[in-house]
Amino acid sequence: MIKYLRSTSEVFRVLFSFWSTSIASELEYQLNLVIEIISVVANLTGSIFILSLFYSPTTNLGGWSWHASLVVLGIYTILDGYTTSFLHPNLSRIVRHVQNGTLDFVLLKPINSQLWLSFRIFSPWGIPSILSGITLVIIGFINSQANFSIKSLLLSILMVLSSFIILYSLWFLIATTSIWFVRVWNANEVLRSTLVAGRYPISAYPESLRRIFTFILPIAFLTTVPAEAILNILSYRIAFLSLILAIAFLFISKRFWMFALKFYTSASS
Amino acid sequence: MIKLSKDLFKYIISWLRVPIALISTQYSLMIEYRAEIILWAISGILPLIMLAIWKEATISERIGLSDDYLTRYFVSAFIVRQFTAVWVMVSFEEDNLEGRLSPYLLQPLMPFWRYFSSHIAEQISRIPIVLIMLLVLNASIPNILWIPSLKTLVIFCCALFSAFCVRFLLHWMFSMICFWSDRVSALERLLLIPYLFLSGLVAPLDTFPTPIRNFANLTPFPYILAFPSNILAEKKIDLISNFTSLFFWAILLFLLSYLFWKRGIRHYSGMGA
Repeated sequence: MIKYLRSTSEVFRVLFSFWSTSIASELEYQLNLVIEIISVVANLTGSIFILSLFYSPTTNLGGWSWHASLVVLGIYTILDGYTTSFLHPNLSRIVRHVQNGTLDFVLLKPINSQLWLSFRIFSPWGIPSILSGITLVIIGFINSQANFSIKSLLLSILMVLSSFIILYSLWFLIATTSIWFVRVWNANEVLRSTLVAGRYPISAYPESLRRIFTFILPIAFLTTVPAEAILNILSYRIAFLSLILAIAFLFISKRFWMFALKFYTSASS
Repeated sequence: MIKLSKDLFKYIISWLRVPIALISTQYSLMIEYRAEIILWAISGILPLIMLAIWKEATISERIGLSDDYLTRYFVSAFIVRQFTAVWVMVSFEEDNLEGRLSPYLLQPLMPFWRYFSSHIAEQISRIPIVLIMLLVLNASIPNILWIPSLKTLVIFCCALFSAFCVRFLLHWMFSMICFWSDRVSALERLLLIPYLFLSGLVAPLDTFPTPIRNFANLTPFPYILAFPSNILAEKKIDLISNFTSLFFWAILLFLLSYLFWKRGIRHYSGMGA
């Protein structure tokens, strides 16, 4: 137990120094902050505007009230920031490591290679998205008159965590295939463009797509389920399913990485 | 008379020699990247996702948009988006940063045409992919496709090509910022935001409140996407005023980008030289 705790604290210490160095290097580009803030504000305005097109006193989107669907949009925005901060900067580099053969050096480091590849860099440019997403969630929550309880708060945090894990695993699974197909980066673009569907509650889609978004590409568990947890309308069955899915995805991504490494022959050798 | 027509023919061929050579070499290059082009094509499915939402949403009937029109509009938007994809800012930035622009400038060909032809070549290589995607769509949702009249198709192709030119010139104009700054790809993301929300990609412009629709019509974006899509969807629209706006934007952007190019080239010092 103590050994386990020590190794966990070691991991956090390493991650902390990784992130502080990457923040320091990113802060070289201060103009980016301005661009990022403009893009987050413009994106949010646009998304809220498009969402508002579906609402009138008599119509709604898939049975979700206006404020409830703002929570979904907020979760989507948080995930977008998470992607900008972690997934995109780190996982886009796997492709380059494979191409240039520098993956060798990563594998030689005395640290779990999946951890290093996935969380080496923290880009601060996702923070505006994350903050505005949280704001949107709070605004939606307060105005939708949902009941607040410690239990639902805990459940919400758990569901958001599991959506983080599922999203991470999807990205990592695709990035891993770059061991075989070097130029795989566009596959992540495909994933990104499909996940846009998560901007709206899953019940806004026709039955057939709803099934695809639940069982094949788990978009429902990325945004709708956490939003339901926050609004205190989530059934325990779905919450349990989400946790199982997150654990399964994480496990599969780890095993798949180990499997893929067996085929890694290093560049130019 | 025969000699004259022969000479004319020769003249036209010699004039076409460069574009044909450019497009055919770029086409073979694109064929090398076909796997990526397939992935790019699939990542353009946003209009189809939006179609699903709009059809399911109860609001569309209230606004007076029929299901039929919505389907046709978004399928058309999907097609238009596929053939107006532009990435010149990314490749121009890359060429600029890696010093490839310098040898291009030495050649007796304006670098503009190099990028333009590579986009055209990519679109040609996209045709079969888009056709297959449409067939798959038709198989999964029967009768979603329709056969437009020949006249519609001809007008559509003209509008599509003009729309592509306007979008290309817009991005080309912003690429010129490369001469002064090296973070143009961040600007490209900014440029995509108004395109996403104002062009009609996620919602037909008819659903917008009037002030916002009027505002959108002042920007080039609706002419890039909504206008050609509406033609293919066989909606009754004012062709002349829309085409005029397209040409207006094309000329304006052309002049501006030419101006920026002249200034930028004077400023250019050859990265990595």
